[in-house]
Amino acid sequence: MPGDTPRPLLAVSNIEVIYDHVILVLRGVSLAVAEGGIVALLGANGAGKSTTLNAISGLLRTERGEVTKGSIELHGQAIHRHDPSAVVKHGVVQVMEGRHVFEHLTVEENLLAGAYTRRNGQATRRDLDLVYHYFPRLTERRGFKAGYVSGGEQQMVAIGRALMAQPTLMLLDEPSMGLAPKLVAEIYEIVARLNREEQVAVLLAEQNATMALQVAQHGYVMENGRIVLDGDAKTISQNEDIKEFYLGLTGVGQRKSYRDVKHYRRRKRWLS
Amino acid sequence: MSDDLGFFCLLMSNGLLIGLMYSLIALGFVLVYKATDAINFAQGEFVMIAGFVAAGGLMVWGVNLWLSIALAIASLVVFGFVLERVMLRKLIGRPVIAVVMATIGLASILRGVGPFTIFSGSKPLPLPIRDEPFVLGPLFIPPIQVLGAVVSLAFLAGFGWFFLKSRKGIAMRAVADNQQVAMAMGIDVERYFGVAWAMTGIVSALGGILWGNLLGVDVNLALVGFKVFPVVILGGLDSIPGAILGGLIVGVVENIAAGYIDPYVGGGTKDFAPYVLMILALMVRPYGMFGKRIIERV
Repeated sequence: MPGDTPRPLLAVSNIEVIYDHVILVLRGVSLAVAEGGIVALLGANGAGKSTTLNAISGLLRTERGEVTKGSIELHGQAIHRHDPSAVVKHGVVQVMEGRHVFEHLTVEENLLAGAYTRRNGQATRRDLDLVYHYFPRLTERRGFKAGYVSGGEQQMVAIGRALMAQPTLMLLDEPSMGLAPKLVAEIYEIVARLNREEQVAVLLAEQNATMALQVAQHGYVMENGRIVLDGDAKTISQNEDIKEFYLGLTGVGQRKSYRDVKHYRRRKRWLS
Repeated sequence: MSDDLGFFCLLMSNGLLIGLMYSLIALGFVLVYKATDAINFAQGEFVMIAGFVAAGGLMVWGVNLWLSIALAIASLVVFGFVLERVMLRKLIGRPVIAVVMATIGLASILRGVGPFTIFSGSKPLPLPIRDEPFVLGPLFIPPIQVLGAVVSLAFLAGFGWFFLKSRKGIAMRAVADNQQVAMAMGIDVERYFGVAWAMTGIVSALGGILWGNLLGVDVNLALVGFKVFPVVILGGLDSIPGAILGGLIVGVVENIAAGYIDPYVGGGTKDFAPYVLMILALMVRPYGMFGKRIIERV
């Protein structure tokens, strides 16, 4: 939150990301996450949300991408040249899009793999209990191969596994993807609790703006690799353009029925 | 006990013991495949070169047995590490055929380098164990086969424990499962590739010493590597229990085939019987008996 705190936990300033040396995907992206805050990064498919998260976690290089301009700082320390394992050791863990679990490992082994960067066996045991406390459903599934548990449970494994690294900042990429609304609500509730009780800051990339703006304090909207709008969550959810394009509401705040859609579309104000 | 039954038991015991020694070599193959998805066609040559180092130490450079064994293990570990660093790391992310061809090339190079730098021709690799077999009723059990079986079981159990229970073992399986996610969890993926090749080095060195004692050390020692393919196809390319069971099956099948079919056809069935089984296995269970299936959600 620029201006709110003297030095945010994470500060991304003006980064540019290029894939394969030629494809420019992010232009001048800046954002900040405060200590213990939840920040939503909204935008449609292909807007550059995942790329932004990958740039922070260092996974960008595995996809032949590179941060060519700007800086990413954690506690004022530049991390954009670090490899992913160093970033994890600094307390930033990414939960990748599409709930990637280690399919052939059991649920518990997945969680243990998340604790890899920490060598203290006792603390690991304790954190395992903590994860089972937040995700009681995983307790029954601990011996199952992660590839065979349900989609919602896989998402829980992915978040729980990230928690095992004791992060100060969790990068959550599209946790609602492909899940039933009830499960999405359940997962969001747990994320909010983790943030409240364990002081984990969260940077949340989401297409589901309604859900994301409910838990976040601050939001950024991305389009075509740029940030086009930012503000606190309330202001953003009141924005007419956001209501129309991201929340699916009409001007009067009612749910929009696509039966009545007229053949004009509101023009986005930020595309001058 | 009738003679027929006695003969059958002899073939079985021989097959099982030899089978475990196949399992040991197959374990080398499995370790690499499990961790890095690379198919190592030079597994037999790893074994051969270890035999060359051990026999070279003992017969050419005149160092004692334990030192020769230590030398063989150490040089194979270093070789595994360096090989991964220099050659295989460059091939990560390339088509499978690149690694296959690279290891086939490596196999030929090793077959040339061993005799060229250490000794040419054939040398024995004597171990301080007795030569006369133990006789148990109809069974003749050569001590080297017992030693081989014990060493194999110990290492198979050891690596099995490592992968299931230890922090590093779990990390290694995580790397094998999904490299990118493993990286996101802070696991240094590339280091584990090196570790896998080094572990293969250890197993190959032990295999080279045991098989070198049994067959004598020369270029043909590499041929035991060919038995690895039916073993791992039967058991599953990435399964340690599979390597044990596959080894036992191959050992038994080739002995039974040699004992009962050879007298009619004049020999040679031992060498192809396991492959017949392998092809049948591929048609029925392409992922082997214990291999991991690809998990698909529908």
